Amino acid sequence: MPEEKKLFKVTIDNITIEVEPGTTILNAARKIGGDVVPPAMCYYSKLKASGGKCRTCLVEVAAGSTADPRPMPKLVASCRTNVMDGMVVKNITSEKVIEARNGVVEFLLINHPLDCPICDQAGECDLQDLSYGHGEAGTRFEFKKRIFEKHDIGPYIQLHMTRCILCYRCVLVADQLTEKREHGVLDRGDQAEIATYIQKALKNDFIGNVIDVCPVGALTDKTFRFKNRVWFTKPVDAHRECSNPQCCGKATLWYRGDEVFRVTTRKDQWGEAEDWICNECRFEKKQTSDWIIEGPRKINRHSVISQGHYVGVQKPQEVLYDVLDGRKPRLFMNIHDVSEVNEPGRDLSKIEGPAHSTDFIEKK
Amino acid sequence: MQSLTNRSKQVERKPMTLWEKMYVPAIAKGMSITFGHMFKKKPTVNYPEKQRPFSPVFRGLHVLNRDEEGRERCTACGLCALACPAEAITMEAAERLPGEENLYREEKYAAKYEINMLRCIFCGLCEEACPKDAVYLSETFAPANYNRTTFIYRKEDLLIPDPKTQPAEYAKAKGNKL
Repeated sequence: MPEEKKLFKVTIDNITIEVEPGTTILNAARKIGGDVVPPAMCYYSKLKASGGKCRTCLVEVAAGSTADPRPMPKLVASCRTNVMDGMVVKNITSEKVIEARNGVVEFLLINHPLDCPICDQAGECDLQDLSYGHGEAGTRFEFKKRIFEKHDIGPYIQLHMTRCILCYRCVLVADQLTEKREHGVLDRGDQAEIATYIQKALKNDFIGNVIDVCPVGALTDKTFRFKNRVWFTKPVDAHRECSNPQCCGKATLWYRGDEVFRVTTRKDQWGEAEDWICNECRFEKKQTSDWIIEGPRKINRHSVISQGHYVGVQKPQEVLYDVLDGRKPRLFMNIHDVSEVNEPGRDLSKIEGPAHSTDFIEKK
Repeated sequence: MQSLTNRSKQVERKPMTLWEKMYVPAIAKGMSITFGHMFKKKPTVNYPEKQRPFSPVFRGLHVLNRDEEGRERCTACGLCALACPAEAITMEAAERLPGEENLYREEKYAAKYEINMLRCIFCGLCEEACPKDAVYLSETFAPANYNRTTFIYRKEDLLIPDPKTQPAEYAKAKGNKL
């Protein structure tokens, strides 16, 4: 008879749960779900050895274990601390944690530029959510934010080093998903930056996934750059038979009208990719005909992406056709005759990189 | 039925007296009120020639603002369109090319920006949402027209004159706001 595995009992914010030995506090909290889950900017469950860098997941351990119930002297990073039997953890019930987290957010925002209006990540940005929940309205930082020389890292990925919070997720993606890592963190301290050593293009098959793992807008999709705001596009689940055996072929297409503006991996409730997709699926397949549509992607209703999408809407029945005995109502004005936005002849999604003034030269 | 307030009055239905039946005094009383109004101050103004001062919170046609150097402030962040309850605002963004730094303030700008004044309800939420101080509602009425096509305001119609080349027009368009 196989020996029954002993489960560890851990109490997080007065909620007790039994988890397997070797589980981290963060993952135990994720099993409970809801508000007790500490936020994480660098930890990524699909990437080995991630976590421990951003310090946003700090929690207070009020009792170490049943055997040694002394509290831990300092706040610990929950993504890197394993649970012990009888451990008592305080997350949102601890004033110390809330205060420390506010401080961490303030530190993260010291060098992060306030360019959300320009940033393509806005609307699905982890740092935006975090600072909305924990940040202060003003800043106490009186110095110049760090700036970097701009590096071009290829036709697919746009690097904005000023936005980077050095979570190392993209480095881990390159290490664990691709054969050869071509980028990394150069220099130290304040000058540390994500770059390729001597300008190089990132073009490995799976390197596009760095866009999805980036918690901020430091690595964004160049083929989607400035094309549209995330919350004006409609996410749709779709899959395709990909020739690459490692690619799962399951993705989310972001539609605007009939145009596919962007292809991303599917993100789970923690904002992590469910499975990886290859560059071909991500950057080359922007036609509806390339994909088998599964249905609209469910987005958390608190997200700005689901703005204006209501559940259970009953649209009133169109009665005009009945009243007019089947005649069509006369259209007073076709908006495309007047409007220059979303012109039928100009598909922004078909332009390679971001649109420029040259793409808007008048045809009329 | 129980009344909601104690202000209700019973209508008097008693027959008119002889004085009331004559009507002429009542007519004279009415005429005197009308005549008296001829010497009172007129509450109206002769509109196009004379105009009333706008209230400081008046919300008229939109203006797309420029900064001190005449560069467009709008970065096409889409927050005005997001805030707009009437969905009147649409835009398309583009990346600034090298050499266009004197035209646009930020790396990204609105290549196309349109407000459908037929849809707009002049609530001013776009002005509140704007993080770049780029759109605000001026002290101008939306003009009347028989033709619907004139109500789609493009970026060229909305942009404020350049403060460097046309300072007088800029000051006039800016009005007392800001």
